[in-house]
Parts: sequence; C-alpha cells; structure tokens
Amino acid sequence: MFNDEQHYLLKLYRDRVARRSGLMLLLLLALALAAPIYTPQNPYDLAQLNLLDAKLPPLHHSPDGAIYWLGTDDQGRDMLSALCYGLRTSLGVGLITTLLSLSLGLLAGLVAAYSGNYIDSMLMRLVDLQLAFPAILIALILLALVGQGIDKVIIALVIVQWAYYARTVRSAALTEMRKDYITAAICAGYSPMRIVLIHILPNIIPTLLVVASAQIAQAIALEATLSFLGLGLPITAPSLGLLIANGYTYMLSGTYWISLFPGVVLLITIFIINITGDRISALLNPRLQ
Amino acid sequence: MLRSPILIRISHSIITLFAMSIAVFLGVYALGNPVDLLINPQANQIERAQMITQLGIDQSLWVQYQRFLSAALHGNWGTSFVSNTSAWSLIIERLPATVELALCAMCIAIIIGLPLGLIAGLHPSRWYSRLIMNGSILGFSLPTFWVGLMLIMMFSVWLGWLPSSGRGTTTNTLGIPLSITTIDGLMHLILPAINLALFKLSLLVRLTQSSTTLAMLEDYVRYARAKGLTERTIIFKHVLPNIAPPIITIIGLELGGLIAFAIVTESVFSWPGMGKLLIESINMLDRPVIVAYLMMIVSLFIAINLIVDTVLIMINPRLRKQAPSLQSSLA
Amino acid sequence: MKIISQISQQLTGIVTISLSLSLCLCLCLTSLSLSAATELRIGLSGEVTSLDPHHLASQPNLTVARHVFESLVDVDTQNRLIPGLALSWRAIDPHTWEFKLRKGVAFHDGSPFTAQDAEFSLQRPLQLKSPSGGFAAYVRAIASIRIIDTHTLQIKTKSPYGALPEDLNSILIVSKKHAVNANTDDFDSGRAMVGTGPYQFVRYQRGDRLELSRFLGWWGNPPAHDKVTLRIVPSDPSRTAGLLAAELDMIEHVPSADIKKLSKNNQLKVIQATSWRTILLHLDQYRSPSPYITDLNGSLLSKNPLQDKRVRQALSLAINRLAITERIMEGLGMPAINFVSPPSFGYQTILKPETFDPSAAKQLLTEAGYPNGFQLTLSGPNNRYINDDQILQAVAQFWTRVGVRTTVEALPMSTLLNKVRKEETTITLLGWGSFAADLSIRSLIATTNSEKGYGAWNWGRYSNSKVDQLMTTALSTIDRTKREALAREASILAIQDVAIIPLHHQVVSWGMRSGLSYTPRTDEFTLAQHVSIR
Repeated sequence: MFNDEQHYLLKLYRDRVARRSGLMLLLLLALALAAPIYTPQNPYDLAQLNLLDAKLPPLHHSPDGAIYWLGTDDQGRDMLSALCYGLRTSLGVGLITTLLSLSLGLLAGLVAAYSGNYIDSMLMRLVDLQLAFPAILIALILLALVGQGIDKVIIALVIVQWAYYARTVRSAALTEMRKDYITAAICAGYSPMRIVLIHILPNIIPTLLVVASAQIAQAIALEATLSFLGLGLPITAPSLGLLIANGYTYMLSGTYWISLFPGVVLLITIFIINITGDRISALLNPRLQ
Repeated sequence: MLRSPILIRISHSIITLFAMSIAVFLGVYALGNPVDLLINPQANQIERAQMITQLGIDQSLWVQYQRFLSAALHGNWGTSFVSNTSAWSLIIERLPATVELALCAMCIAIIIGLPLGLIAGLHPSRWYSRLIMNGSILGFSLPTFWVGLMLIMMFSVWLGWLPSSGRGTTTNTLGIPLSITTIDGLMHLILPAINLALFKLSLLVRLTQSSTTLAMLEDYVRYARAKGLTERTIIFKHVLPNIAPPIITIIGLELGGLIAFAIVTESVFSWPGMGKLLIESINMLDRPVIVAYLMMIVSLFIAINLIVDTVLIMINPRLRKQAPSLQSSLA
Repeated sequence: MKIISQISQQLTGIVTISLSLSLCLCLCLTSLSLSAATELRIGLSGEVTSLDPHHLASQPNLTVARHVFESLVDVDTQNRLIPGLALSWRAIDPHTWEFKLRKGVAFHDGSPFTAQDAEFSLQRPLQLKSPSGGFAAYVRAIASIRIIDTHTLQIKTKSPYGALPEDLNSILIVSKKHAVNANTDDFDSGRAMVGTGPYQFVRYQRGDRLELSRFLGWWGNPPAHDKVTLRIVPSDPSRTAGLLAAELDMIEHVPSADIKKLSKNNQLKVIQATSWRTILLHLDQYRSPSPYITDLNGSLLSKNPLQDKRVRQALSLAINRLAITERIMEGLGMPAINFVSPPSFGYQTILKPETFDPSAAKQLLTEAGYPNGFQLTLSGPNNRYINDDQILQAVAQFWTRVGVRTTVEALPMSTLLNKVRKEETTITLLGWGSFAADLSIRSLIATTNSEKGYGAWNWGRYSNSKVDQLMTTALSTIDRTKREALAREASILAIQDVAIIPLHHQVVSWGMRSGLSYTPRTDEFTLAQHVSIR
C-alpha cells in the first residue's frame, strides 16, 4: 500500500500538468503564508488605515511615497495587502474545511458501507437529515447562534460538507463491494478490515478526489456567499470572498478594482486547485494505469 | 416486519421528518426575539409586552413546540409575524417561481452538461474534451453571486438584451403562475436560470466524464467491443445504463440543493421565489415562515431522496433485494 | 358606389392590418426598451410585507399604502404638517383637538368619505386581533373620539398632548364599509384596498410588484401617470442595473457607490434631500465597570470610562464626520449634532457639528485619566442603514488612532437587537427618524421608564432629569412655538452632555429618467403622485 502511494507521487511528479499546477498551488500557499512578511500594510490593523486614502485607483502614489499598486478599498485599505491576507484566509478556510469534512465523511461512509444494516441506515438518515438542510441555512443558523469568526465559519462549512463525502464514499464502496474481485477476496478469507483498506479504499479515492476538488472550491465559494449575505467573516478581517462582496456595491460605478482583483485572484486560486485536483484524480485512478 | 426496501425507506423518511421538525424548531427558536425588529420604534414597553403575548412567544419552548406540532398536524403552519397571513400560503405562493427556476436550471445543466461530459469521457485526449473539462473547471471557480452580477452587467446593462430583475409577466397554467409561458417571462427567466445552472452544469460535466471514462475501461465494454458491437450500441446499451445510477443520484440530490441554493440567485436577480422569502424572513426573524420553509425543504428533500432510492432500486436489479453489505456476505 | 365602398373597405382593412402590425411591432419594441409615456415603473428598496395599512409600521409598507390611502394630516417635502383629509385642526382645550375634514372626497368605490371612516380608521389599530406591528403607538394618546357632524371630528387625549397631529400622519384612512371585517388577506387580495388616494389597486404580486392605476375621482390635482408599477428590488446593484437598463423609470435609495455614475449619465439624474434619519451612537453609561471595556492588555477596567463626560466628548471629537459623509457616503450624509434632521421641528442651530480634532480628543482622554487609551467594541447593523458597516469601520479607525482600540462588530439587525436586549453591547450604532426633537428625545435619551413608555430605545441608558422634565413639558404643550423652544432647550442640554454621539443625517436620494421630476422628500417616501413629467 505505501509503496503504491510512493509510486503515485512519482507518477504525479512525472506529469507535466500536475507538476506545474502543483507548483503553482505551492507558490500560492507560500504567498499566502508569507503575507505578513512582504505586504506593505497590515490590512487588519485599523490604526494603519486612513479613510482619506479610500477608493484610490491602482498605481496611485500616496503623499508619503508609498504606491498603492492595486488601489485602495472604501476604508483606505491597500488592496494588494488585503488581497494577500484575503488569500491566506480563503485558502485556510478551504483547506481546513476540506480536510476535516473529508476525514469525517470518509470515516462515516466506510463505516456505513462496511457495517450495513441499522448502522448504515442510521448514518445515511443522518446524512439525509444533514443534506436536507440548505447549506446556507445551517451556516446561517449556526453563525446566528455562535456569532461571526473564522473558526465558526469552518465549523459551519464542515457540517455542511461532510455528508457529501459520506454519501459518495458509501455509494462508491458499495459499488466496489458488488464486484467479483471482492467476492474472491472474501472467499480467500481476508479480514474485512484488510478488504476495506486494501481493496475498497484505493478504488474509491478517485471518486473521492473528484468530489474533494469540487468541494474545496465550493467551500471557498460558500464562505464568500456567506460573507456576501453578511454572515461569514467579520468585515475587519476579510477573505477574498468578502473583498468581492465589499466591492460588489462598487461594480457598476467604475470603482472596479475593489471587486475585480479579489475576483481574479479567487478565480486563479480555485482554477489551480481544480486543475491540480483534476490531474490527481486522473493519475491516481488505479484503472487508468 | 417490513420486508420491502421501499417500505423501509418510507418509514425511515417519516422518522427523519419528525426528527427534523424538532431540530428545525429548536434551531429557529434559538435565533432570538423578533419583537424588537417588528415593533414600531415609537411603541412603549407596555405595547411591547402586549405584542409578545399576542405573538405567543412568552410561552416556554416546550409549550410553543407542542402548539406548533399540533397545529402542523392539522395542516396549519402558523401565521407570519410580518405579513399576518398563513406562513404556508406565503410559501406556496412563492413555490412555483423557485421550482420553475430550479427546474429550468437543472434542464439547462442536464441538456448541456450530460452530452458534453459524455463527449469528453469518450474521447478524453481530444482538444475539445480538454476545452470542455477546463471550461467546467472555470464554471466551478466562480461564486454564484459574482457570476450573477457579471451576467447583469453584460446582458442587461451593456448589451441591454435581457431584463435584470424580477419575474416578468406570468400566466396561469393549470392554476400555477409560470413565467416560461410568456416571452417576457422567458426573458426574465434566462439569466437567473443560467446563473443557477452554471455550477451544476460543471458538476454534471465532470461527473459524466469521469463515470464514462471509467466505464469505457470496464470489462463489459471490452467484451462488447470484442463481440463487434457498434460504438453507438456500446454507449447507449452498456455505458449509459451503467453510469446512470450515480448520475441520477447526484441530479436528485442537487435538485434539492438547487432549490435551496436558489437563495443567492434569487437575491441577486430579485426573483420572487422562496429563497428570497427566506432571506426576508430571516432578516425579520419571521419564525413561522422560516420553520414552514425549512420543513417544506426538508419534506421536499426527503421525497426526492425517496424517489431517487426507489428509481435506483427499480433500474438496478442487484439492488432489488436488500443491498448486500459486506457483513452479511461474510456471514 | 358599391365598388368604391368595397375598395375603401379593403383599403381600410389593409390599413388597419398594417397599422395594427406596426403598432404590435412598436409595442414589442417599446416593451423592450422604453415604456409608454404615462406608465411609471418605480424600484422600491424595501420589502413590502403587507398591504394592510394598519398592520406593520414599516417604511416600505407605508410607501405602498400611501398611494392608495391618505391620512388626516399630511406632511410636505420638508416634513412640516399640511392638510390631508383634514382641512384644518386646532386644540379647543388642552385635552381636545378638533379636526375639520375635507368635503367632496370620494373613495375608490365612489362612496363619500365621512367622519365615520376617520373614526373607524383611528380605532382600527387597537382593534386588530392580529399581532399588530404597533400602529397602536400613534393612537395611544387618544381617550375618545366624537363625531360632531359628517365632516367634523373631536379627539380627546388622555393628557395634554401637543404631538397628536404628528402621530395622526401615520394613520391612514380606510373605507369603513370595506375594512370593517377585513383582515390582512383582504387587503393583500385587493378586496379591502379601497382608499381615497390618487391611485387604485390593480394587482399585487407579493415580493415582486404592485400595479396601480390612476383614480379619476381624486380630489387633488391629477397625477401625471396613468399607470404605476411599484417593483420591489431590495438588492442595490439590481436597482441600479434596472434603471440603467431602462426597466425602471425611477429608483429610490440610489446606492452611494453609483451616485457619481448615474449623475454623469445624461439620460438619468439623481436628486437628493436631507432625510429625517439620523445615524448616532449609543454609549453604555449605566453600569460600572462596563463588562466589555478593557485596558490595552485585555483586563477589565474597574471604572466605566464612558460615564466620564470628557471621554464621551473625546470620542465625538475624534470622529472625522466630514470624511465619513464625503468618502463613505459619497455625499449621502450631512454631519450631525442634533437628534433630528434640519427641516424637522425642534432642530437647534446654536450648537454646530463637532469639528474633527484628534489632538483635543487625546488631551481630553489624558485629562480623564486614560493617556494610553483603552479597548472597546463598537457594534452595529450591517444591513440596515446606508453603508452602516463601513461607517462602523471608519469610526473604529478614528478612535483607534487616538488610542481607543476599537473592534468592530457588524451584525444583521436581528442579531444586533438580541445582543442589545441581552446587554452585550458597549457602543452601538442606531439610525433614528422622527418628526420632532421632543419625540426623538422621548425615545432615545429620556430616562428609561416602561410605564410612561420613555426611553424605549435609550440603549446607553443615559439619564438626566432636567432633559426629562423639559421633554415632558414640551410634549404636553399645545402651543407650537413654546413647544419648539422647549424641545430645543432639551436638545441643547443633552447635546452638551454628549448623551449620545450623533454622526450624520442621512441624505436620501432618487435616481430617475431625466424626463421626470420629483421633489425630494425628507421623510424618504417615494410617492408616484408627486412624480411629474417635465
């Protein structure tokens, strides 16, 4: 199993598209992580902002010699700095959410498929229950109950997303289990644990990754939507989505940069995530070897 | 005991519905007190107290839930605080608009997404397949409200081709007001439907593509090829039936999601559907409407699940018996 | 002769067909681009919850209702009282007001308007079995109503009450015949939508539009437009887009971000007026220590600094109001010191809005014993007033710069109100619109007293017995000159004591096709009957 894993990684490394998109993703991550080091301004520190510098266009030279490369927003926040911090927040929210909900969903889905009977139906009813709630509404009610904040948004998003993984994992696992080689494995007397881990899990990873690559993008978009509806992150610590939502009001008025640049960065980020995910799922699929 | 898997699923659905009523009620009632939002700012504290009594929200949560449940079982979902009219009728009034929008969006997604996904899956290395797949990735990469605004900017403001908001003229078809029956209504429908469809379209393209790619590598396709069947027969007789179940599942699931996620599209395009009603009701803490809406969504979703399950059981003979789980086959 | 007539008939036929065809084409084209000259399509910004004029006291509901119904006392564009369905009113004695009603006024069904209808309408808010949104507040002062003749009404108040005419502006007159057993649904379906107003009900699609047609029997000057469609478009960009795409002829509350762009468009124009709504900050002054005010290390301050007048003054001085109104509001605001906006009753001009002076603010903070400042949270809505969340951030910016580290908490109004009720906020932003200074002092600044109904919105629980006394005297004074003087005196006292920090008066705006004209209204109402064609 672990040897296989290495083999996949090697395969990934040898693929040009995967290598490039992976590198770009790493670059984005590095940019996001290092934002406090290289950005000219800390956009979260109100004392560093000046309302009189609000809504300056890109490449504006401020009197004290600084250049606002991408302009400023309605609070006089340097858009370049805000973008880098926003990228950090968005990627953070997306990655953590996906990691948590994937683990939770994988566990639940495998348990459901493996155990069958009442545990399966109970888990699946829970999934139904979960999916019956509009995602926005769970988030909304949760956030209304607990207040705003990154941690709360992540909790809300995990609660929204785990069920998708659970359902996908379960149905993919069940499909696998109906195949003849599983019957053969059962006949050979392998332990259920071994069957699940060695035979079923690798075969559902491609399906899972297709879902995950979509869900990570969706997590970021959903966070943006929540912010758009005024419920996500606090306005003083904007994510990319919140920056777009902030600039949304200015879109028709010619003050395009507040919304445009975060939009472009968000687009690039999600595009790269998706391309990477796409290649990974194409390459890791055991059937395509 | 219930033997038929369909009957078992129905009984599960009823239990789920009941559990949801508790969850929904508790969730919504924990949100807070609507009186301060509703009350006339000039009112004094005595009038405020009177209003609380009139709304019945001075009672304990348990009493309120009992009242709600017994009324709900009699088909009464409460009276909207802000509109002073039956919450249920408010929702039913808005239902056709949302369902129309969601169905149109789903149709667009299926009509465009399925063939594109199939093409991309059948010829994965062609340039147009790459274009389709990259396009679908782009479709994922944009938040709905942003796309909505871009559509309005482009088609309403710059080009002036399509209206930017509202539902346009509706006509009653079988007693249901529909926009799709008039040109004006159709013009109003196009942008929101595309906006809502875009995400599901991308999802369907990817899903169909990956299922098709996998299916084409299955043994039965090889055998069919070896038998000398035409490509057309292989696709329609063998590949499609095999990739259909997961796709039907997702379409079913996503339809519920579409109706729920129409919230954003409806807000952007001022489409007078249930999603917009929900946002208004949440902003005004109009609890009866929120609860009724949620219960309706939950019921709708449970029904969709039930239908999807039933269809799956019927089209897949192997599922007709209780789905074999690993444990039972081990036993 | 026969042939000629046949030919002429044929010709007429051809002409008719071609005419109707071209007409159809024209109609198709106009329905896509421009509307017919006498139709007016207005984009409203608020959700209309009900057409019942006595159900919920919200601006959008009243906007819609004021097209169909009228009140006894009307207000002009400057928020000053003018005759409505009542031609005149006067106080006979301190407890009694007499209203002379307009003669020759007809309801939409043709029946005449009489004192019976007025009496019924004034009693209806209290009789509504449904959870009334509180129009009761406007008739609570009334002890009894007496009909003298068909067009004279005498209203006795429970105590001497000078603000009755103002209150009655909010009560719209319905037809007794149609509304006597009507519930909300009857209004929403149009059955009970029979008023005396300039427009008649045609069709209502909840959440989308209300269609109206001109009432030919209206007593006033006939309005310019035959047909009016009130579209409900709460989303700001959608409203702008609708105007730009010529789907709407007029919109209310032009988003501040779009003001410049729309003004530059020579097919459109934007008009503005100071609104009656004032944006202000309530400061926690009722508890010490205040549970959310800490020093810079995060430990609770043993004393509530906001109880010190110097600190309140410093906070007010530290705010650059001009920067807020110009940068954030794009001119849709006017720096404020009063609790009512300029044209309103009781506006005082002796004290001017505070000029931005951060060094004086720092000096005052040092004098008060906080040279290094402290930390607090500024709360406010993010979906209620024009650019509310941006205003919060800007104020936080200014305060942080003088040493008062401010965290912003922008919440949906529903969440915010619950926090306020639970006393979890320290400084809170609120918008307030009122006809008169004494009325707004009664709600915002008077010592909280649930029996008298004072200080219902006094979130900081400021209390000053002198202000209370002046306000009470003002409200019970029937003589309007004396009353205004008292209201001004109370205002000045409260302003000098920094009871609350007023930020700005909102400026309300409308965008419309350049061929239309509308006199901007202080009370923010968008009324089709006052829209004229230039």
